[in-house]
Amino acid sequence: MLFALDDLRASRGGRVVLDRFTAEIAHGSTAVVGPSGAGKSTLLRLLNRLADPDAGTIRYRGRDLREYDVLALRRTVTLVPQLPCLLDGTVADNVAYGPRLAGGDADVERALSLSGLGDGFAGRRVGELSVGEQQRVMLARALALEPEVLLLDEPTSALDAATRTGIERTLLHLREELDVSYVLVTHDEAQAERLCGRIVRLP
Amino acid sequence: MSSIHVTLGDVAASVALVAVALAISLWERTHLEGDVLVAAVRAFVQLTAIGYVIKFIFDQDELIFVIALIAVMVVFGALTARRRARRVPHAFWPLLIALAIAAVTTLGLVVALGVFPATPRYLVPVGGMVIGNAMTAAAVALNRLGDEVADSAGRIEATLALGATSAEAVRPVARRSLQSGVIPLIDSTKTTGLIFFPGTMVGMLLAGAAPVDAVRLQLVLLYTLLGSVFTAALVAVLLARRNFFTPAHQLRESAIAPSG
Repeated sequence: MLFALDDLRASRGGRVVLDRFTAEIAHGSTAVVGPSGAGKSTLLRLLNRLADPDAGTIRYRGRDLREYDVLALRRTVTLVPQLPCLLDGTVADNVAYGPRLAGGDADVERALSLSGLGDGFAGRRVGELSVGEQQRVMLARALALEPEVLLLDEPTSALDAATRTGIERTLLHLREELDVSYVLVTHDEAQAERLCGRIVRLP
Repeated sequence: MSSIHVTLGDVAASVALVAVALAISLWERTHLEGDVLVAAVRAFVQLTAIGYVIKFIFDQDELIFVIALIAVMVVFGALTARRRARRVPHAFWPLLIALAIAAVTTLGLVVALGVFPATPRYLVPVGGMVIGNAMTAAAVALNRLGDEVADSAGRIEATLALGATSAEAVRPVARRSLQSGVIPLIDSTKTTGLIFFPGTMVGMLLAGAAPVDAVRLQLVLLYTLLGSVFTAALVAVLLARRNFFTPAHQLRESAIAPSG
């Protein structure tokens, strides 16, 4: 079991969005689905402690989340936000950023190729990229940390249908290629079925 | 140096220029008449009051009164600057500490280097100038910091999500805030003497000082100001940026709520 969520209450913007919520998230691929405002993104933010619940506990691999070093936890359980928000500079700067913070080197080419970005992207400036390409760089810079779990917050919501299909193919490929679990937030049931082995539904 | 005597009649005559400002404001319907009047009256009352306070301190010639006056100015400066930094949580303490450090280090340095003697006649006016400019710079920097953190919340959280500390995540924003606090003084220092004459020089020339003396004193004060403004803006930003985050490197939700 990766995550055990027990009797959670969490609020966002002064509104309680999760109440008495209990669930388990296993290895592999899990989708979190539910209507807008159901607390899907909030739930994701709790899993790498970008926010803490008002009540209840979250365990990761059997240990309370708060017992982990928070910075190390975020490198292990890494969030890819809904909208691309890259740092100024080149694609390589962005991909190497996370590993460098931890004092290590990044395999930029590998992270880019896993994210479906071919050679030649490393030196590009992020301002020149399309939204779909930026989203792939967001994925690459998370993968460069070699995380155990990826938290994907509606990774295709800002994209057109063709680009969305491309990203979905990349995610399916990751599942086969790497020993990485992911938790995918989506409002699209069909996408959840296509990409994930299990589905957690929020009311 | 000869000194000049300004009578209350002279001051009253200069009010004619305030009347010009009021007339223009009414004519162009800028709706600034109230502000202009309040500013003019406040300037009269506050400067008159501080004039008597300074006279008292000069007469006493005791350093303890200078220290007390500077402490009061630091507190009022922090309170005033806090109003500009509404979007920064608990901005008062960073501002207070920033102004205090800027005042103590720059005044301490000019005295230690022997530029000015440690007497009320030098410390009071220089202290007032240092704190006033430091306050403006710190207020502008924190005003920008509050806006930038709210606007860049997504990017800051995306950086935190990669395992960055809060200091690392907020660094680009903090850097831009610091720049916005100090750039006005750098720009005015660059153009000084070309397109504007700074106040000290004007005052000394009016009071009959030799131009070279006026220029040298102005240079000393400009350099002092540069140091104190950088110190104040830097300390304010470094201390205030922590207030946006929890100890677990989480961006506080209250910090990114829209103002007002």
